[in-house]
Amino acid sequence: MKRYVYINDNESSHKLYCDNRISNRKYTVLNFLPKNLWEQFGRFMNQYFLLIACLQLWSLITPVNPASTWGPLIFIFAVSASKEAWDDYNRYFSDKKANEKLVWVVRQGIRKHIQAQDIHVGNIVWLRENDEVPCDLVLIGTSDPQGLCYVETSALDGETDLKTRVIPATCMGIDFELLHKIKGVIECPNPDKDIRRFDANLRLFPPFIDNDVCPLTIKNTILQSCYLRNTEWACGVAVYTGNETKLGMSRGIPEPKLTAMDAMIDKLTGAIFVFQIVVVMVLGIAGNVWKDTEARKQWYVLYPLEGPWYELLVIPLRFELLCSIMIPISIKVSLDLVKSLYAKFIDWDSEMIDYETGIPSHATNTAISEDLGQVEYIMTDKTGTLTENRMIFRRCCISGVFYGNESGDALKDTKLLNAVAVSSPDVVQFVTVMAICNTVIPIKSKTGAILYKAQSQDEDALVNAAAQLHMVYANKNANILEIRFNGSVIKYELLEILEFTSDRKRMSVVVKDCQNGKFVLLSKGADEAILPYAYDGQQTRTFIEAVEQYAQLGLRTLCLAWRELKEDEYQEWSLMFKEASSTLVDREWRIAEVCQRLERDFEVLGVTAIEDRLQDGVPETIETLRKAGINFWMLTGDKQNTAIQIALSCNFISPEPKGQLLLIDGKTEDEVCRSLERVLLTMRITSSEPKDVAFVVDGWALEIALKHYRKVFTELAILSRTAICCRVTPSQKAQLVELLKSCDYRTLAIGDGGNDVRMIQQADIGVGISGREGLQAARAADYSIGKFRFLKRLILVHGRYSYNRTAFLSQYSFYKSLVICFIQIFFSFISGVSGTSLFNSVSLMAYNVFYTSVPVLVSVLDKDLSEGTVMQHPQILFYCQAGRLLNPSTFAGWFGRSLFHAIVVFVITIHAYAYEKSEMEELSMVALSGCIWLQAFVVALETNSFTILQHLAIWGNLVAFYVINWIISAIPASGMYTIMFRLCRQPSYWITMFLIVAAGMGPVLALKYFRYTYRPSKINTLQQAERMGGPILTLGNIEPQPRSIEKEVSPLSITQPKSRSPVYEPLLSDSPNSSRKSMGSGTPFDFFQSQSRLSSSYSRNCKDN
Amino acid sequence: MSETNSDRQRRGDRESAFYLFTQQRLPACKPVLTPPWVITIYFLVGFIFVPVGLFTLRASHSVVEIEERYDIECVPSQFRNDKVSYIQDDSVPKNCSLLFKVDKYMKAPIYIYYQLENYYQNHRRYVRSRSDQQLLHGRNFHGTSYCQPLESSNNRPIVPCGLIAWSLFNDTFTFIRGKALLKVNRTNIAWKSDRDHKFGKNVYPFNFQNGTWIGGGKLNPRIPLSNQEDLIVWMRISALPSFRKLYGRIEEDLDVGDYVVVQLMNDYNTYSFGGKKKLVLSTSNWLGGKNDFLGLAYVFVGSSSLTVAIVFMLLHLRSQR
Repeated sequence: MKRYVYINDNESSHKLYCDNRISNRKYTVLNFLPKNLWEQFGRFMNQYFLLIACLQLWSLITPVNPASTWGPLIFIFAVSASKEAWDDYNRYFSDKKANEKLVWVVRQGIRKHIQAQDIHVGNIVWLRENDEVPCDLVLIGTSDPQGLCYVETSALDGETDLKTRVIPATCMGIDFELLHKIKGVIECPNPDKDIRRFDANLRLFPPFIDNDVCPLTIKNTILQSCYLRNTEWACGVAVYTGNETKLGMSRGIPEPKLTAMDAMIDKLTGAIFVFQIVVVMVLGIAGNVWKDTEARKQWYVLYPLEGPWYELLVIPLRFELLCSIMIPISIKVSLDLVKSLYAKFIDWDSEMIDYETGIPSHATNTAISEDLGQVEYIMTDKTGTLTENRMIFRRCCISGVFYGNESGDALKDTKLLNAVAVSSPDVVQFVTVMAICNTVIPIKSKTGAILYKAQSQDEDALVNAAAQLHMVYANKNANILEIRFNGSVIKYELLEILEFTSDRKRMSVVVKDCQNGKFVLLSKGADEAILPYAYDGQQTRTFIEAVEQYAQLGLRTLCLAWRELKEDEYQEWSLMFKEASSTLVDREWRIAEVCQRLERDFEVLGVTAIEDRLQDGVPETIETLRKAGINFWMLTGDKQNTAIQIALSCNFISPEPKGQLLLIDGKTEDEVCRSLERVLLTMRITSSEPKDVAFVVDGWALEIALKHYRKVFTELAILSRTAICCRVTPSQKAQLVELLKSCDYRTLAIGDGGNDVRMIQQADIGVGISGREGLQAARAADYSIGKFRFLKRLILVHGRYSYNRTAFLSQYSFYKSLVICFIQIFFSFISGVSGTSLFNSVSLMAYNVFYTSVPVLVSVLDKDLSEGTVMQHPQILFYCQAGRLLNPSTFAGWFGRSLFHAIVVFVITIHAYAYEKSEMEELSMVALSGCIWLQAFVVALETNSFTILQHLAIWGNLVAFYVINWIISAIPASGMYTIMFRLCRQPSYWITMFLIVAAGMGPVLALKYFRYTYRPSKINTLQQAERMGGPILTLGNIEPQPRSIEKEVSPLSITQPKSRSPVYEPLLSDSPNSSRKSMGSGTPFDFFQSQSRLSSSYSRNCKDN
Repeated sequence: MSETNSDRQRRGDRESAFYLFTQQRLPACKPVLTPPWVITIYFLVGFIFVPVGLFTLRASHSVVEIEERYDIECVPSQFRNDKVSYIQDDSVPKNCSLLFKVDKYMKAPIYIYYQLENYYQNHRRYVRSRSDQQLLHGRNFHGTSYCQPLESSNNRPIVPCGLIAWSLFNDTFTFIRGKALLKVNRTNIAWKSDRDHKFGKNVYPFNFQNGTWIGGGKLNPRIPLSNQEDLIVWMRISALPSFRKLYGRIEEDLDVGDYVVVQLMNDYNTYSFGGKKKLVLSTSNWLGGKNDFLGLAYVFVGSSSLTVAIVFMLLHLRSQR
């Protein structure tokens, strides 16, 4: 299907195509309620609660007042719905702002200021410099005489460099005034989301040149959300509008992310649900049997002889309702609440504020903090994420002379400055190459200063450095380059640009010196792409040394070279080049071949060294997180060498003897396959050695590997703790994340640019760095931080605490519901299996919503270990990664505890309140207060650190329980009138309470203490060390300390379990420091070995589960 | 300048509790389960619980309780094999007598309870079959659907409606010591709060036990519900299938060796479902009636916790060495 866009035809297109109204809204006022409810009821838990609530409306079977379920249910729905409504309102608001922006559009041949939403397909839209493009346009005119304009596309693809766009050939030279009246037709495909492709045709109608159709490509378009730069004005025909633009088509509401923990909670909920069904069936059958055998004899119950047809269902359904509290309705509310608090803690954290820019960290997605604590893979972008993305020219070597070695900054090296001042020919040549061998566009700002718009940061750094060395690239006027050097103006005519490709690893320009008419080839590129092509006889030893020296310092090196060309040589070559440029088959290869003919016999001028400084704390952060068992992958669009250099300098990989880099390359499937298998083999062999093995793969090989050898590559990915993927596209980044996710790993993607957005959205957790490449990544991300180093705190502190807290909170929520539910079940055995509720509706509702929810909410302040301890022993993150605190076996513990506590409460209550005291209301209050007492002590026992708030909530809640019940007991109309006063006056009530607490908590405490002291987990060990005397807090001092303390530490550093699959063995030994320590400590080897075996096998089990 | 200002502000904020909260840095105490602490706790619990248990046990033992089952004895021998027909046959006289021998001195007030076993007052059909509003407001209150099937008979509402009232316990007891009738106080046996606030002073039984099914006891239609104390006691349903309900109080002491003869009307049908009926005389103290459970449980918990403490202490000592 195609669409035909008639230029300037105001009538025809209106009905066919939508206007330019952008709408990101999910709802309208009318469909909000039904749509939102429909969405909410898509979730299993909500369906379950709705079913229960509906069943409760049937008074024959409901054990309690329906309000006890409807109230919380409506509350929960109201909360989620209003949150959705608020978000949607904000979206509506930002749409409205975009829609009502005023733009110039031609209407009836006259330019008018209209709102952006009124643009129709076929309209001609005029843009001025720095305007945002309101819809997808086909260029028809610009202020530039050559029909060029520059756009910034960062919002679209994340690339910050300026791109040139050109008007179609037929529109060339149309008069400014005539542009208003232009008529024609554009034949273009239906809207799609491919931002790199636009295959269309344009034909202008008379009186304009009415010749053949003119083909259009993406080069002739400017797309929505781009910005017009360095061009006074431009105009274009709207082809796609509104939500049908390329941007609008590619925009999708990202899938809501579900944390591993949520998935686990869902799983456990499912298990509880199954358990509940089993209980209901068993009790239902028992109830019906009892009814037929016993209850019919009990004349006082007066069972009718013939019941209705549904009689058999009544008792099971009653039990279903009675047991429905097994799945606590409060858990969703509690979790939402604490999750938003976790997010707030991240926002508030003053240690994660980037004081340079004043940007605080921010959690956009408030629902996934726990996942931070379970991260297993971190996929990181390089430039701007690990580095500051601020390239600085640091050193250079010109004709064998090193500049900048002493001061570390060549621009301040007086030797170099002097050489420039005296116009030493070597140096001038060198600086000239720096200044003009590039694709930089100089822009004069209004103040007269010159700004450079560069595609690559390296070129930017070189041009700026040249300017500081008084070689100012002042102007580019069509093909004339203007250089100011020491006061004089030199002009060059730019003849050809031999563009950079990753294969050639160099770029060159051919210029003609306008002063003397000489043709010169200027080249810059990687050392291996320049030095071998030096003319015979040139000594390149010093340059090789320089390159090595600089590379070791982590600097990015470029070799600069030049060659004078004879005119006829150039002319001859130029023809070949033109021919190659216009070939249709293997064009790139042909061009490379032609370029090769010119790029030879260089006179190598020197070597530049550019520094892309690492951000503060990057190596430390990476080291700490790797110790925490997190695997790092670097996904960068950058060159292989640079990536490896940066990886080396930030502890990503270790240099040679310790580390090993395995290269996966190849151009064809076979090559890639062979290389892949070789790497995999090496990986398997070396996996037993304590060697830091990483693989390096480039985008091309990756493409093949992902397409044809996905299985092998996946295995490799699982084996490897470290990988460097260079020259990868944004979609490949996303694919890699997808790959790891499909292996059931928790992935975190961190990046700063628009090209990382897809990866960030794809990953379980996306972290954006609000850096120099704008806020695009930060906006798309779940978390935005100012600097890479905050990642450490985000994961180890916030992620870990969130995980621990949610683990406790969710299991506790089930526990407390189960306790009350078990009591109800036990009670049904002494109430003729008839489904009587022991507790009244008010108590049941208050128990779930209030008594047991408030104390546990303050567990968001609980810290099992201090932040400092966690930072020093990042290994304990393993407990979170492996899901040790929330898994079926811990849950079984809580399940058992709830069963035990229910038995304790029930047995003690019915025996202590037997016979004459067995009044229903009293007995139920005794059982309820027994539960409340136990809850207080359970929460207290599970709390690791008590702040004033915890005390208030735990003990205050206990007091509040009595106050509330006294109040209810004072209301004559209530069922429990005077009950609580009565009970509180009885000594036996208090005796019973203490008995319940002692009997319920005694075994729990004993078990906990026993585990804590004699089978301590690493967390316990650290807790003890942290609280008993603190020497562990200063790990640096630990070595000279006596042995006893070391004993506590060393197993910890050893047993960092990294095993993920049976074949996998830790590739990375622990830091040399810790392993040395353990060897010296004299700790019995078998002790910690058995420990590590235990933990590793455990982790495997976890994964299998 | 602004930098220093914000610095100062930051430092100033540092003291505020809210700032500490936002930074999750509220001062916290972190208790550790150290061996001394835990062992002390267990010893403490042990040393408190054992004496309290013994004390409670003594209190329980100081309560004198006489319990006699009468539902079997009172069935004439010819009906032993078909007790149900006995109880349902109105022509058979239901009177019966029971002999209590007092083994220990019983100080007044002595509480008289009737005890029912295997009687499910907590059955779901039963529990809900009442109307609190009707009990308080009488016949004018119409929302009595819970009382089904005993909501109305002959198209007239039943007051009090529902299964609970309908199945009112109706055995009666008179107590004779030696030759004299023992004075039994049958007032104030129900909770005062119930009499005052739950059962209407102007609500009189109406159309009660007039239907096709006859349940338990009848009510005097001239006495308001708030004074029908047997009904009020009965309507405080029990949560357990074995329960005692107060019948009255003997306000004289009973001496050792006294014989109390109980003349009773065995009207209430427990035979059809195998329930037991017992009559209990019991004194009372701060603990309530006789109940060894609390004392025994305390002693048990206390001694277990002492054991645990000793085990932990030994473990601790061994691991220290």
